[in-house]
Amino acid sequence: MKFDVPATTNPIDQLKVVGKSPDRIDGKLKTTGTAPYAYERHDVAPNQAYGYLLGSAIAKGTVTRIDVDKAKAAPGVVTIVSTLDVPKLPLGMRNIAQLFGGAEVMHYHQAIALVVAETFEQARSAASLIRVEYSRAPGKFDLAAEAPSAPLTGPAAPGGGDASRINRVGDFDGAFAAAAVKLDAQYTTPDQSHMMMEPHASIAAWEGDKLTVWTSNQMINWAKQDLAKTLGLPPENVRIISPYIGGGFGGKLFLRADVVAAALGAKAAKRPVKVALPRPMIPNNTTHRPATIQRIRIGADADGRITAIAHESTSGNLPQGRPETAPSQTKLLYAGANRLTALRLAVLDLPEGNAMRAPGEAPGLMALEIAMDEMAEKLGLDPIEFRVRNDTQVDPEKPERPFSQRQLIECLRQGAERFGWSQRNPKPAQTRDGDWLVGIGVAAGFRNNVLMKSAARVRLGKDGGVTVETDMTDIGTGSYTIIAQTAAEVMGVPLEKVTVSLGDSSFPTSSGSGGQWGANNSTAGVYAACMKLREMIAQKLGLDPANLEFADGAVRAGERRVSLAEAAGEAGLSAEDGIEYGELGKKYQQSTFAGHFVEVAVHSFTGETRIRRMLAVCAAGRILNPKTARSQVIGAMTMGAGAALTEELAVDKRQGFFVNHDLAGYEVPVHADIPHQEVIFLDEADPISSPMKAKGVGELGICGVGAAIANAIHHATGVRVRDYPITVDKVLNGLPELV
Amino acid sequence: MKPFTYERAKSPAEAAAAATRQPTAKFIAGGTNLLDLMKLQIETPTHLIDVNGLGFDKIETTPEGGLRIGALVRNTALAADARVRRDYAVLTRAIVAGASGQLRNKATTAGNLLQRTRCPYFYDTAQPCNKRQPGSGCGAIGGYSRQLAVIGVSDACIATYPGDMAVAMRVLDATVETVKADGTKRSIPIADFHRLPGTTPHVETVLAPGELITAVVLPKPLGGKHYYRKVRDRASYAFALVSVAAVIQPDGTGHVAVGGIAHKPWRVEAAEKELPKGAKAVAAKLLAGAKPTEDNAFKLKLVERTLGAVLAAAKKA
Amino acid sequence: MEDPSSANPLGEPADESGLSRRKFLVLGTATAAAVASSFAARRLPAETPVAPLAAPTTETPWMAKLSLRVNGATHALELDTRTTLLDALREHLRLTGSKKGCDHGQCGACTVMVNGERINSCLTLALMHQGDEITTIEGLGTPQKMHPMQAAFVKCDGFQCGYCTPGQICSAVATLREIKAGIPSHVTEDLSAPAKLTTLELRERMSGNICRCGAYSNIVEAITEAAGAKDQA
Repeated sequence: MKFDVPATTNPIDQLKVVGKSPDRIDGKLKTTGTAPYAYERHDVAPNQAYGYLLGSAIAKGTVTRIDVDKAKAAPGVVTIVSTLDVPKLPLGMRNIAQLFGGAEVMHYHQAIALVVAETFEQARSAASLIRVEYSRAPGKFDLAAEAPSAPLTGPAAPGGGDASRINRVGDFDGAFAAAAVKLDAQYTTPDQSHMMMEPHASIAAWEGDKLTVWTSNQMINWAKQDLAKTLGLPPENVRIISPYIGGGFGGKLFLRADVVAAALGAKAAKRPVKVALPRPMIPNNTTHRPATIQRIRIGADADGRITAIAHESTSGNLPQGRPETAPSQTKLLYAGANRLTALRLAVLDLPEGNAMRAPGEAPGLMALEIAMDEMAEKLGLDPIEFRVRNDTQVDPEKPERPFSQRQLIECLRQGAERFGWSQRNPKPAQTRDGDWLVGIGVAAGFRNNVLMKSAARVRLGKDGGVTVETDMTDIGTGSYTIIAQTAAEVMGVPLEKVTVSLGDSSFPTSSGSGGQWGANNSTAGVYAACMKLREMIAQKLGLDPANLEFADGAVRAGERRVSLAEAAGEAGLSAEDGIEYGELGKKYQQSTFAGHFVEVAVHSFTGETRIRRMLAVCAAGRILNPKTARSQVIGAMTMGAGAALTEELAVDKRQGFFVNHDLAGYEVPVHADIPHQEVIFLDEADPISSPMKAKGVGELGICGVGAAIANAIHHATGVRVRDYPITVDKVLNGLPELV
Repeated sequence: MKPFTYERAKSPAEAAAAATRQPTAKFIAGGTNLLDLMKLQIETPTHLIDVNGLGFDKIETTPEGGLRIGALVRNTALAADARVRRDYAVLTRAIVAGASGQLRNKATTAGNLLQRTRCPYFYDTAQPCNKRQPGSGCGAIGGYSRQLAVIGVSDACIATYPGDMAVAMRVLDATVETVKADGTKRSIPIADFHRLPGTTPHVETVLAPGELITAVVLPKPLGGKHYYRKVRDRASYAFALVSVAAVIQPDGTGHVAVGGIAHKPWRVEAAEKELPKGAKAVAAKLLAGAKPTEDNAFKLKLVERTLGAVLAAAKKA
Repeated sequence: MEDPSSANPLGEPADESGLSRRKFLVLGTATAAAVASSFAARRLPAETPVAPLAAPTTETPWMAKLSLRVNGATHALELDTRTTLLDALREHLRLTGSKKGCDHGQCGACTVMVNGERINSCLTLALMHQGDEITTIEGLGTPQKMHPMQAAFVKCDGFQCGYCTPGQICSAVATLREIKAGIPSHVTEDLSAPAKLTTLELRERMSGNICRCGAYSNIVEAITEAAGAKDQA
């Protein structure tokens, strides 16, 4: 189904099932421990052996020798595959760092050997008997040191030279120089780790030259294509199965070492092999959100109208890696005639930087929305009012492109009302509760809505039940449930009559899960397949497809009513289709918006910050299931709280690795850090986005919330911290003197 | 994890003897730290002596009016004991500030005293660490040291003792009772129990090989107000940046020990004389000779201010 | 990678029985002496590839015969002494509801109840739990017959990816017991009063269970809901 004109009234608009909040259909399995994750598939591929990975002890250089003799002789060891046994494997389309094979070491904990043994204990122990000799090469590990010489990465204008890589609208320099009120500040965000609860894990089994992998991956088709490329297999010989995924957040978007090692190990062992990354190996072996150094300049007239805005960001990555696009929202969020954005990318020999929940916007808004708070303060304006004055309903860089929907101001106003913003004393450091200094902060949230084609197969069974198959994944997002709701709505059956099968590359290719694009696109694909099934039913029954009503498990045309079971017949009916998008995404800017409100208390002696209240008001198109959507938002707010207060991969700048590489050293939020969280969704349906009229919401919650926390800390204490995470040491010096 | 044999000891002397016979043996009780380290092959015992059956799981009143806490009393049980809550609240507060409910259900009194540093370089076997591998160097010095020690450090090691319970025990002047393989028993003042790193950071306590902790004895209650104030990055389930254990008397005198800043619970009795003058005066004496790194210099101020919070609370109470 | 065993050479452990390592270590409620006397011959699994078995080295595993009581059923097992309770459950008994998130006691996904108390099953050896009553998520309830806590988690959407969920639920059930038993927590203000069931207490007590999806706010609601249902029952 091609979607190239705005949606009109369609079966989803009935909202009998879509838009309601049924419990997750996979909930009973997940809460009883019966949903099987990758490493747990004892029911498939008999005679599995255990693989244990060894990671490189150096960050950069070459492996000159690997002595596996002792390890090979260890009891229970079936085989060992070392990186020197395998040529440098072709990189997957989406990989930057080498996953396995060859002598070159590109980063710390790069996988260099896999021990396969009868038991986990034997494999782990034998791995420690492997002796590795390295030749170390000097590396670059310090972003701050490399930043001044980091080159610009934007596309150069023809003949425009390096300076043309800076994205300019109007005359930023002139307008900024002339501005009545100015801010020029630097903000830094650290490297962060996804730290999803389920480690990357895979079981690989060969049948001849056909490979099946049970794994934990967000993007089934990417994994299939990239695994085929890496191993030199035709894609049709690779099957990826990933029905339950213990969190991803971008860390499981791509093919990773566990998959490749399991496949190589299984080949060598001539039997299925399962591999999970040990937790202490994950931060350095896999990807992370790169650190940024951001410079923001804002100039405004005395009335608080932005006349000039610039956002530049420097990040680092391995050669061929991409920059963290922190200024992306600044291109779209606020008005202003004179604009500048630029990205610089330093080559660093740290592990691969890549997408983590809301890449670009998450760290970008952590900086921009402090800058907006600072500007409001300079202007003597309320931070919400300052944002209201600089709202835009069109793309500020291309004013001919309107936003399909933009209710940022409404988000902020409703949030202010709900949160008691009017009670706020504009002066910081004025509110005390015993030893605690109390403050509230606000920030805008912004994340684009991404359109991706997505397909599904829908079958009508002889019992009138509907089965949906698509390689879409549910990484905790609620895909199972909203897909079932979509099929139930379109086919007119109760939710219980829908079975959803996900995460198998033998199913039609979906959008997969990432970039908050999963919900809208995958359900739109299911919608398309269901509409096709409706046509098939009409055709089979000889009915006019235009005048049919699908409801209560039956199809009605005038007086005629046929149950779906009867329509299906003994053989059943099956339809496959997908959603494909036309030019609407170019004509309209599609984005999602939020107002984040946070109350914090900062201990006046110790500088500890505790979050007391959190509210997000979101405008994100039609909300397909308010219960699961709310969970997405609170989860992202929680991750944003971690980003604001505790999360930082500490870099050893001599050895070139993330030092705190486990769940004790890298502190993600725990229960005690998170108060009751409130989420409000504005009533919205966006006919430009898809037939579902939905947009993404899974990342909106992390976009802006960190800055709201930072702004609340400033309001509580008067201390402005521009360097995340905002730990006690950064606040201490600004607190009231001890008496 | 290296293969090991396993036995259940039936008497303390037998346990100590078994450990002496096999230099690569280890006692196991809760196992929450030992198994963690065995998985990483930081600990590589070839024999485990399970001491859980030795019966040191009671908290008894001593003739002196104190408490004898069996070495195997679980953290949860110790924190919940009515006498501890009433008379040694600093100990309850310290225990419940540490780890998680799950870990406290398993961790024992003796094991908690013996838990090893959480220095990330100690935990990463690809990095040099004089504590893990004597003579290999210290990765933390010049590396990432935000969590690490600021005082009592050496050129060989800047690791911290990570526990909370022992900091409270230090303030309470506890003694550690042990039995050696030959059956001799001794009482070690907690002040002497943990060592500073010096040139031998791998030797963390004064225990002899095979020496088994049987109990920790608390002297009779000190009275006063009890505080354990732990500052960490997140609100729970994290090791201390700085913690202050204090017992403050109505006249403003008292005992203070600090966690998270040294290779052992840090207490300077002479500094306590400054208590009536306030936190700054105490901290100045307590932290005299500190040698922080750039990463962790903030801890000096944090100690002062955390103590300030405690003293302010004591004043109000 | 340095081999720790070469830095600290490991000798063959003294073995009073004089029997070689290729033996079972049989565990029961027996004393050490009984352990030593009840060695039996080690049997290699049938599917072990046929390779000349080298002379026993420090790497040769010690096997233990033991029985575990899990969710009311007794299981006879022959395990490498190194097997954690978590791996015994997941890999040997195929009870995969208990999750391995970190294997180092840093996340709580492996939480099970032993004799009613919650512990991290990744940081304890299977062979140390003979005679214990072990309850895993599978023992609390099934999709057909859910425990009230499981039902409350579904109702309140107290999970997302589901991987920490069994640990959260086991921990939640045990937490309510701990509060009832009057065990204090870090946020208990008055140590002389009985512990209270407040959201603040629940948050602190549940902090050993990390949920990276960030379902905390809903989990606390679920526990509160389940606690209320229980009180009325």
